[in-house]
Amino acid sequence: MTDITNSPSAEYEAQLGDYFALLKPRVMQLVVFTAVVGMLAAPVSVHPVIGFASILFVAIGAGASGALNMWWDADIDAVMKRTAKRPIPAGKVQPGEALALGVALSGLSVMMLALSANLLAAGMLLFTIIFYAVVYSMWLKRATPQNIVIGGAAGAFPPVIGWIIATGSFAIEPWLMFALIFMWTPPHFWALALFMRSDYDDADVPMLTVTHGRPSTRKHIWVYTVLLAILAVGTAFTAIGGYIYLATALILNALFLLGAYRIWNRDEVMAEEDNYLVERKFFRLSLYYLFLHFGAILAEASLKPWGLGGW
Amino acid sequence: MDLRAEHEIHTRRKGRNVGVGIMLAGFVVLIMVLTFVKITQTDFARAPGTAMPAAGIEGTN
Repeated sequence: MTDITNSPSAEYEAQLGDYFALLKPRVMQLVVFTAVVGMLAAPVSVHPVIGFASILFVAIGAGASGALNMWWDADIDAVMKRTAKRPIPAGKVQPGEALALGVALSGLSVMMLALSANLLAAGMLLFTIIFYAVVYSMWLKRATPQNIVIGGAAGAFPPVIGWIIATGSFAIEPWLMFALIFMWTPPHFWALALFMRSDYDDADVPMLTVTHGRPSTRKHIWVYTVLLAILAVGTAFTAIGGYIYLATALILNALFLLGAYRIWNRDEVMAEEDNYLVERKFFRLSLYYLFLHFGAILAEASLKPWGLGGW
Repeated sequence: MDLRAEHEIHTRRKGRNVGVGIMLAGFVVLIMVLTFVKITQTDFARAPGTAMPAAGIEGTN
């Protein structure tokens, strides 16, 4: 217990919201949504309480890896405009607190998921946390321009975990959902790197824009978007696809390809003239892109009991 | 120093303490409900390796 007389009242006292911010709530939203879709798209139904609890533990696990990431990356977060207001660089939370919170919540979430769902789901969650906190944050992010490509896998695991919560086993369908997020991540982040240009340079993070130059990054966005479009539309013809998904994928991928093509055919002079308008639009579209693809998979799964979803 | 008086630090920490309290209470309730669901869902009488129970026993589970 803290001694009242020894507490410096002028010092900032971290509030609950500051600790919550360590868990990267926006990333957590995406994790929860894609994990829920993975769970509901599975052919086995889950008891609502078990489903709710399991997804909550996946969210806590994702938050824990976010806290570990913020603890490790506090030095570069302080340099980048986009991340300078995060709790550690802003001086609201001590690095040690973030580390403790991350480790404690990681352990808690993995153990609780093992109890509420199954050991395989818990094992996958543990693997995901280690992949994001150690493989991506500690190793790849500062070492290779392929950081986003390989690190994107960490964000792609939640639908697989969701599927395993329901079925207790692997199947091809959740890996298609994994591939969708995996292939979507690089163009999404490279577009961000194009218009947040000085951020990654200042922090010495070897983003593709820094190591290979901006024209190469534009080309990479185009190539990845083409591969993503093939995968996204192809998924329509699998067990998790259907008419709704196919229509959604065709429209969104046409728009995404158009955006990527425009980015590829621009140079820095053109981009600076309109303050990276095309890149910003592409980035915003990428958020809807993922949300609507998974929304369509969810719609297909939800309509199946009425004989409407799927093929 | 009068410890009965509301010190400024109490006001500052109140929100945090109440928040942690609510979360812990929520966690306890969640574990209770989860345990209840797990127990009622599990068909102990038909655990692997056990014989099919008599009709009268099945109803008590």
